Amino acid sequence: MSQANLLERRSVVSRLLAERNDAIVVGGLGASTYDIAAAGDHDRNFYLWGAMGGAVMIGLGMALAQPKLPVVVITGDGEMLMGMGSLATVGLQKPANLTIVVLDNEVYGETGGQASHTASTVDLVGVARSCGIQDARAIATMADIGTFASSMQDVSSGPRFASIKIDSANLERVLSSRDGQFTVTRIRGALGFGPI
Amino acid sequence: MHARTDAPPETAASWPEDIFAILQRFDVRQVPYVPDAGHSQLIERVLGASSMRAVPLTTEEEGVALLAGAWAGGQRGVLLMQSSGVGNCVNMLSLTQIFRFPFLTLVTMRGEWGEFNPWQVPMGSSTAAVFELSGIKVLRASHAEEVREVVEAAAGQAYNACTPTAVLLSQRLIGAKVFTK
Repeated sequence: MSQANLLERRSVVSRLLAERNDAIVVGGLGASTYDIAAAGDHDRNFYLWGAMGGAVMIGLGMALAQPKLPVVVITGDGEMLMGMGSLATVGLQKPANLTIVVLDNEVYGETGGQASHTASTVDLVGVARSCGIQDARAIATMADIGTFASSMQDVSSGPRFASIKIDSANLERVLSSRDGQFTVTRIRGALGFGPI
Repeated sequence: MHARTDAPPETAASWPEDIFAILQRFDVRQVPYVPDAGHSQLIERVLGASSMRAVPLTTEEEGVALLAGAWAGGQRGVLLMQSSGVGNCVNMLSLTQIFRFPFLTLVTMRGEWGEFNPWQVPMGSSTAAVFELSGIKVLRASHAEEVREVVEAAAGQAYNACTPTAVLLSQRLIGAKVFTK
């Protein structure tokens, strides 16, 4: 059910990626990957359908390998909670081109809407900040989403972290490719790397 | 006291240097690790290498995901961990099959060959089987003089043939950890 005071996830992701330019975008498994697909397929989209807890680390590996490109990880609160240690690893590495966005609906939407830890106790912005990601913020308006989307293009001022509280409505799935080899080969090709 | 037993000077110095030279030759750029005493010399070399990025992890599975991202971004990496960390990686090892990327890990073994700590034995005993069940090829080096050729073979098949490979560095090679008060 839609809640009036919370942002709508597809609008948020669509706005975040409207002027993505050369950015590489990693989507955490589940609804985040569907949101990225809904915003438009792209040869620099890294869709995850599993490996829960790994989205931020995949983004970190990309960001270290391609320091001149913006790398944006978009994932959910459940996926982020499973890989919370990766925020500490990012805080230590401080990749200036990495942005982490958590779409926080406070539930495990893909599995029946069970409450996640963010519903009652965990403050992911505080976690990110205490892990050494100084630019960590909560975003609550579409105007601020637009400002943040522009800042993602700056590859010299990250890492940055944003938690966006979204309504927990389950939307129709927009299915991306779920072939990992296709996805990685396509990204590598876009970056100028051929097959082995 | 958490030092390993003293190994003869020539073996203590040579095989980590052999590994480091191989990693350089294969243009390895990202080196995620969870520290282990058996990897300490190699970690020091990586931290001092301008061509390599050492990435300390909070848990080993982070390293598997990091290397998948590194590969998508055009870089090779290697994951350094001890045998107890292999169990922490299990679901993330799916990525080696999903992406067919050149995964190489070097694992210092605990729980075998004169082990003092029983808590290391269960995971140390299942390390090779866990890798094999996950579709990862397993090679082992137990003596200093064979480390070079084993790691070279592993790096070759990982990076040239995208065959995910783990090298187990035996506790016999590294020396059993000594626990003294």
